[in-house]
Amino acid sequence: MKRILAVALLTVGCAAQAQGQMPPDELVKGVMLDIQAIIVKDKDLQAGDRGKTIRLIEDKALPHFNHVGMTALAVGANWRKASPEQKQRLAAEFRTLLVRTYASSLASFGNQKFDFRPLRMKPSDTDVTVQVRVLQPGAQPVVVEYDLEKTPNGWKCYDVRVAGISLVVNYRTEFANLVREKGIDGLISALAAKNKAVGAQKAGAAK
Amino acid sequence: MNLRALVVAAALAAGAGCASTSDDPRDPLEGMNRAVYVFNDQVDQIVLAPAARLYKNITPDPLREMVRNFFNNLDDLFIGANNLLQGKLEEAVNDWGRFAFNTVFGLLGVWDVASDMGLEKHNEDFGQTLARWGVGNGAYLVLPLLGPSTLRDTAALPVDWAGDPVAVHRPVDESNAATAFRVVSRRADLLGASQTLEEGALDKYQFHREAFLQRRRSLIYDGSPPRERPPAD
Repeated sequence: MKRILAVALLTVGCAAQAQGQMPPDELVKGVMLDIQAIIVKDKDLQAGDRGKTIRLIEDKALPHFNHVGMTALAVGANWRKASPEQKQRLAAEFRTLLVRTYASSLASFGNQKFDFRPLRMKPSDTDVTVQVRVLQPGAQPVVVEYDLEKTPNGWKCYDVRVAGISLVVNYRTEFANLVREKGIDGLISALAAKNKAVGAQKAGAAK
Repeated sequence: MNLRALVVAAALAAGAGCASTSDDPRDPLEGMNRAVYVFNDQVDQIVLAPAARLYKNITPDPLREMVRNFFNNLDDLFIGANNLLQGKLEEAVNDWGRFAFNTVFGLLGVWDVASDMGLEKHNEDFGQTLARWGVGNGAYLVLPLLGPSTLRDTAALPVDWAGDPVAVHRPVDESNAATAFRVVSRRADLLGASQTLEEGALDKYQFHREAFLQRRRSLIYDGSPPRERPPAD
């Protein structure tokens, strides 16, 4: 009995470790192809069903994102001035904003082809960029880059650049200006108001 | 909507912009830029975006692809010239090869056979060439109707126009008609991006500016700009 338990524990341990050590390029490829396969089979997702799309992102993509790290980068130097509670609220609102905003672009995932670029990395690297070229019929390929860092729980993504435009950097100036004018709480309420407005608008449009 | 109302709206926005200037060193003319941005946004909402949506709704995807390819093919000549000016001989040969194959075997460019052959499409203009020669961005500028630019890219515009087969085409009304058609075709391709702008931006002006400046930087370095470290915390 003890031996079986030991074997079982060992197996679970190895499985967890294997997942944690999955190379970043294979992780990105796996997640993208997984999401694409789900969209191809689902008419609602292709038609842009918001609720379903957001649930898909939350299930499949978000576990691989470090959204606190993303928020810290977007907020910049002011991040240190935020209290732990403010940090938590900032990260939650920013996460909602990004998911809502980019959910609408996921429907077109179904008919796109991905060209996964080979990643050259040393075993000692802890911070890498994985490149994927997205090929769409009749359009110039768009390069999407994922910045990932190694953590004890596997590689986590902390920034995405689409055609050279970083999601995180794009908010940096705006956030800094808001904090200067209205403080950290002002930034939190601006994000919350934006999320509420987009949510309401979408709920109305769905009917 | 009459033009005078637009001008008044733009002037009001300019006042508002001046009142809350952000002192961003990259954007010293923010007050004026914001006014022009509001004007452009109105023109887009009233004329351009509806035309682009209509165009998208009444044409099948393959037809729009042919239109896009036709205009893109004409661009390849000047793109090649800019690559040559930047000392990228191999890319220039690639671009002119694209133009030759697509014009001859792709029925004047409506089929992009060159991409299938592995000749990749590039994105160059004279502003990028000047940047490669060491000219900095200069102030961020929002140009009426043309949208976000920089002082350097604005100075480069006459050269871009001289190198644009559509702009130099004569008679002039054909050139104008083709230009209008191209604008609608390109706007239709950006309908998704402008939705992201509406949904993602707390302040559209700033969001658009940051995206534009990042995109230009990426283009100048042909997609792989040196990594910018975030400000030390």
